[in-house]
Amino acid sequence: MNTRVLRALEAVTAERAEGAVLSVRGLTVRFRMRGGRQVAAVTDADFDLAAGECLALVGESGCGKSVLASALLGLLPGNAETSGTAVLDGVDLLTADERTLARTVRGRRVGLVPQSPAAHLTPVRTVRSQLEETVRELTGVARRERRAAAEAAAERAAFPAGHLDRHPHELSGGLAQRAATALALIGDAPLLLADEPTTGLDRDLVERTVDELRRHVDEGRALLLITHDLAAAERVADRVAVMYAGRIVETSAAHRFFGEPGPRHPYARGLLNALPDRAFAPIPGMPPELTDLPPGCAFAPRCARATEACATLPEPLAGVACHHPESPRA
Amino acid sequence: MLELHDITAGYDRRNPVFTRAALSVAPGESVGLLGPSGCGKSTLARVAALLHRPDAGRVSLDGTEVRAWRHRAPRALRTTVGVVFQQPRMSADPRLRLRDLIVEPLRAAGRRTGIPARLAELAPAVGLTDDLLARRPHEVSDGQLQRACLARALVLRPRLLVCDEMTGMLDASTTAALVTAVEAYRAETGASLLAVGHDRLLLERWCDRTVDWSDCLTPAGGGSPTS
Repeated sequence: MNTRVLRALEAVTAERAEGAVLSVRGLTVRFRMRGGRQVAAVTDADFDLAAGECLALVGESGCGKSVLASALLGLLPGNAETSGTAVLDGVDLLTADERTLARTVRGRRVGLVPQSPAAHLTPVRTVRSQLEETVRELTGVARRERRAAAEAAAERAAFPAGHLDRHPHELSGGLAQRAATALALIGDAPLLLADEPTTGLDRDLVERTVDELRRHVDEGRALLLITHDLAAAERVADRVAVMYAGRIVETSAAHRFFGEPGPRHPYARGLLNALPDRAFAPIPGMPPELTDLPPGCAFAPRCARATEACATLPEPLAGVACHHPESPRA
Repeated sequence: MLELHDITAGYDRRNPVFTRAALSVAPGESVGLLGPSGCGKSTLARVAALLHRPDAGRVSLDGTEVRAWRHRAPRALRTTVGVVFQQPRMSADPRLRLRDLIVEPLRAAGRRTGIPARLAELAPAVGLTDDLLARRPHEVSDGQLQRACLARALVLRPRLLVCDEMTGMLDASTTAALVTAVEAYRAETGASLLAVGHDRLLLERWCDRTVDWSDCLTPAGGGSPTS
């Protein structure tokens, strides 16, 4: 690719950073384990997320996607060490203290749409009582108006008013998902973080869930969607970031990623080709251990295009971290 | 290979999950059973795998009518079927190393002599390295554990493999790898497959034919359905 195009791409990236709701730079998470071992869960993640935009973070299980989400919410376990910055609305989420996170970030600046809504909701209380509690904690709504505010919140997430007095076990998977989404929306947070919101749902429900998330994006929120479901990502995302062994190896516009010219990183290309409606061919081998990453490109041992150059770490260039990316015209 | 006739099953006799379901799988055939979550397809798969006794109906495996389920089933019949479940964590003993997990059925069936040879065949077929075989479930990813669970289902060389949402929580590449391993085994042995799931795209690509759950059920007042 010529330098003019590269410079233009960098300019677009810089522009993105200015209007970003969330700006992540060099986010790195290490876990200290017994015996001096270290797990490199996330390494040097860079991305920006604007209002009204959905970024899908995809990759196989264990690649560090969920650790990245936990880092943004300050919910990592005690043996984790983070570095880098993740700036949201003037607050660096990685260095903020627990008080700041609890009182100004969780629920207020970041709304979490959880992986398993049935486990996220309190089993012994009705949906209405949980919504009203959240309204009380997160907004200044007067006591008399709380009931109406909770009903409005349910309606925003398309949760039927007739089911408000039910307990979580009386809800179907889809309704439990909507109840959890309603809770996430109450604080009017500019950033929604959805961590595998569609795991275990059947296809119709996956589509309904991501379509509803998309509706909230179109209302001006930013959405970070963490998923291993590429079909769901294709349906909802504006941009796609592919994570492999803790690093983001490719960031691309969703229509270019899923359509023409397709992904440029060989791993991303392999992941897409493994889909049953494409080649249905697995990537040979398995991902490396995060305790024992090779010094160069972590994908090289599984990559058909690998050469000696791959013994050094590829710098991300125009959204792709690879020494031998597929050419855009391929 | 597998015949399920007029099966009624559930967890409460007064309120069965489904009534009068039918399904058949021919020798060497692969059938995908599609249905929304909660419809009862997993329960039917458990009946087929001899893990759940139906309230009513007839099951035959390889021409032999099944009269007992679970530990009461004769060993010869029980070992005809291999099962892979959706959640590998819940179907793996956390105390066993993957290598012991895989060969446990051989030990249970008293076929100890063949263990090293069978393990040497299976581990590369499902993509497990020696390093991974020496670990316990909490030290591997879901995808790696599911590979071990598939190897465990294949270790007794079943003539029918039942996969209940085997790839439900796995990424695209691991899904394709596991399906490839199942198909390699079937090509080698001529085994039949019943794959249960809700991903139409996947099952249509994978199986010889797919059956919708609604077509397995006898319409009220109607005769026997053809599946």
